[in-house]
Amino acid sequence: MNEVALPQPQRNIVSRLWNDKETRQVIIQILAFVVIFAFFFIMVRNAITNLEAIGKDISMDFLSQPSNYDISQSLIEYSSRSTHLRAMTVGIINTLLVAVFGIALATVIGFLLGVCRLSKNWIVNKLAYVYIEYVRNVPVLLHILLVHGIIVNSLPTPKNAVVVNEVAFLTNRGFFIPSPDFQPLYWVVAALFVIGVIFSLRFRKYAQKVQDQTGKHYPVFWICFGAIVGVPFIMYFLLGSPIVWEIPELKGFNYSGGLVIRPEFIALWLALSIYTAAFIGEIVRAGISAVDWGQNEAAAALGVTRGRTLSLVVIPQALRIIIPPLTSQYLNLAKNSSLAIAIGYMDIVATIGGITLNQTGREMECMAIVLTLYLIFSLLISSGMNWYNNRIKLVER
Amino acid sequence: MASNEKSYAPGQHPDLPAPTNLVGPIAWIRGNLLSSPTNIVLTALAAWFLYTILPSTLNWLFFDAVFTGEDRNACRAAGEGACWAFIGERFKLFTYGFYPLEQRWRVNLSFVLLCLAMVPVLFDKVPYRQYGLYYAMAFPFIAGWLLVGGNILVLELPIVPTDKFGGIMLTLVIGVTGIAFSLPLGILLALGRSSRLPLIRIFCIGFIEFIRGVPLITLLFVASTMLSYFLPPGTKFDLLLRVLIMVTLFASAYMAEVIRGGLQAIPNGQIEAGDALGLKYWPAMRLIVLPQALKISIPGIVNTFIGLYKDTTLVIIIGLLDPLGIGRASLSDPKWTGLSNEVYLFVALFFFISCFAMSRYSLYLEGKLETGHKR
Repeated sequence: MNEVALPQPQRNIVSRLWNDKETRQVIIQILAFVVIFAFFFIMVRNAITNLEAIGKDISMDFLSQPSNYDISQSLIEYSSRSTHLRAMTVGIINTLLVAVFGIALATVIGFLLGVCRLSKNWIVNKLAYVYIEYVRNVPVLLHILLVHGIIVNSLPTPKNAVVVNEVAFLTNRGFFIPSPDFQPLYWVVAALFVIGVIFSLRFRKYAQKVQDQTGKHYPVFWICFGAIVGVPFIMYFLLGSPIVWEIPELKGFNYSGGLVIRPEFIALWLALSIYTAAFIGEIVRAGISAVDWGQNEAAAALGVTRGRTLSLVVIPQALRIIIPPLTSQYLNLAKNSSLAIAIGYMDIVATIGGITLNQTGREMECMAIVLTLYLIFSLLISSGMNWYNNRIKLVER
Repeated sequence: MASNEKSYAPGQHPDLPAPTNLVGPIAWIRGNLLSSPTNIVLTALAAWFLYTILPSTLNWLFFDAVFTGEDRNACRAAGEGACWAFIGERFKLFTYGFYPLEQRWRVNLSFVLLCLAMVPVLFDKVPYRQYGLYYAMAFPFIAGWLLVGGNILVLELPIVPTDKFGGIMLTLVIGVTGIAFSLPLGILLALGRSSRLPLIRIFCIGFIEFIRGVPLITLLFVASTMLSYFLPPGTKFDLLLRVLIMVTLFASAYMAEVIRGGLQAIPNGQIEAGDALGLKYWPAMRLIVLPQALKISIPGIVNTFIGLYKDTTLVIIIGLLDPLGIGRASLSDPKWTGLSNEVYLFVALFFFISCFAMSRYSLYLEGKLETGHKR
């Protein structure tokens, strides 16, 4: 503002203000703020007028009313007499379930694909290439519908179920598997498992410290494996297998008892996994081939074995390149799980944003809830991956 | 030295052929398929996999398939293969949706105009490219008028309501509109996000992160269920137009992030050089920064286009009929029940061809714009 006070031969005050960089920036920002504020103000005013005109208000009371609809897959207790809030919780759990399982399977398939793409074996390489190109260039919704169609159309009815080992049954109404019934002694095994995990984390740190200080090397993997898997496994048999399996039985037209995995869940899970895996495969391939070949040679020159070169030299460097794009693939998978509504898997969008919305007519509230939930998920996943990324990234001076 | 052998000056001897065990098909097989025990096992596994999958798939797709027929029974009588007769019979529906029969020349004309508009955009060695680009910029509006109809000056076309749009034509309408408008919007958002003005930056960050944090399907739901509340009372807003706006906004947020990556890769010295030459913000951006930034971002931009194009299928969930929607609707015809695999594979083929072409073009462009900094 100093220029205004200076006695300069300027034409007029407007052009003087506009030609000064600092003032111009302030003016532009004020203008932008006014425009944006006016835009939101008009929208909110319209909404209030429109809602008044049809006699609606904004309230979340509908969440405590009974939902009056059924949900086929629910990990918590739910019936059509439960509240809309409960239905929403079921939806959230279902979304999380498919997202977590999807991320796990997509990561496994994706890393395999990436390794296949780097393979010197021509057939394996080209097979992975064909898979990746086909999957990446076809919409994910189509994958979901195709997998769902194949499961529902090609698997038999419960009467002619595909029997696996007399305990599991594959039908077009779902996969029926035995459900575990935990006896009291089982919790000893579970406790041992938890202790094993804690011990392993501690031991890894300790072994790292010893190696840094003395160069002495412990077989960390095998000790941790023994603590986490081996000890609980032996204990399980010593205690006389304290899990009773309930095997599904054919009653009437369907199986009862045991655990049932719905075809909608399987279709969504598989489709999301194979779709995202194709992208992860390319990310992994790019990440590993971005590590300079000289790193391999340097490790070989130091006498490091092939396996240790991979795990200590190549993969840590490749991970730094892989993690950021991998994060966005995980986010995409979580967001794509909203397509569940196309095949009737009851996730967030299908429960609160679908049936609840249609029953109560509360578009504003329902959509606000859905959008907020997805924003929270995205924030959680990306902050988790950012934390991991910060941990493994190159520490520069 | 034998006398019948020609003698050469040092370094002048012509190249000898490679040893026979290093070239030719057998050497190729040994090198690429059987080079180590692991490789042999992998080759055997892959060959077994192909042997189990390939013959039955090919039989179903082609050799046992039925290509002509009146209804489902014709296919069932002929064999176990795919029933492509269904696709053949519905092909017009898959292409035009429910666009009125006597007006379909307008769709065809728009498609021809689209192809003409793409030539100057895709290839830089066409004559009069400058005018071609102006035409390409005008194309979305020309096509909009052609497809919807209405009065422009003296020209008048009968109005076709947008709920008659469908099939591949609808996919192209949404895809082309999204691509044409999300790139400029994405550039503006990216510039806003890296701007020095805090208010503009905060607004752009908020917008981009919100859009990227939620799935497209929820935004489409917002467009179809509650957008009308935010408009002045009594406004009627076409559903297709709402979808187009949402898809464009969605793609532009992703576009902005891709372009921001490109902007960050441009050293600050470039902007300072622009300052030193006395260029203001917009000329500096237009002449110096953006050409470099956009060039780096091409793979990401094309990926966003491909993503947008694939995402057009989501509109079936709010009731628009793209090829997938037409296919699903056709499945309920009792004449042709139980043919979902054929329908889905046909639609998959359509998307595969378009998206694969786009990604190949991106590779070609990358190669062309590579100005030789690679070692």
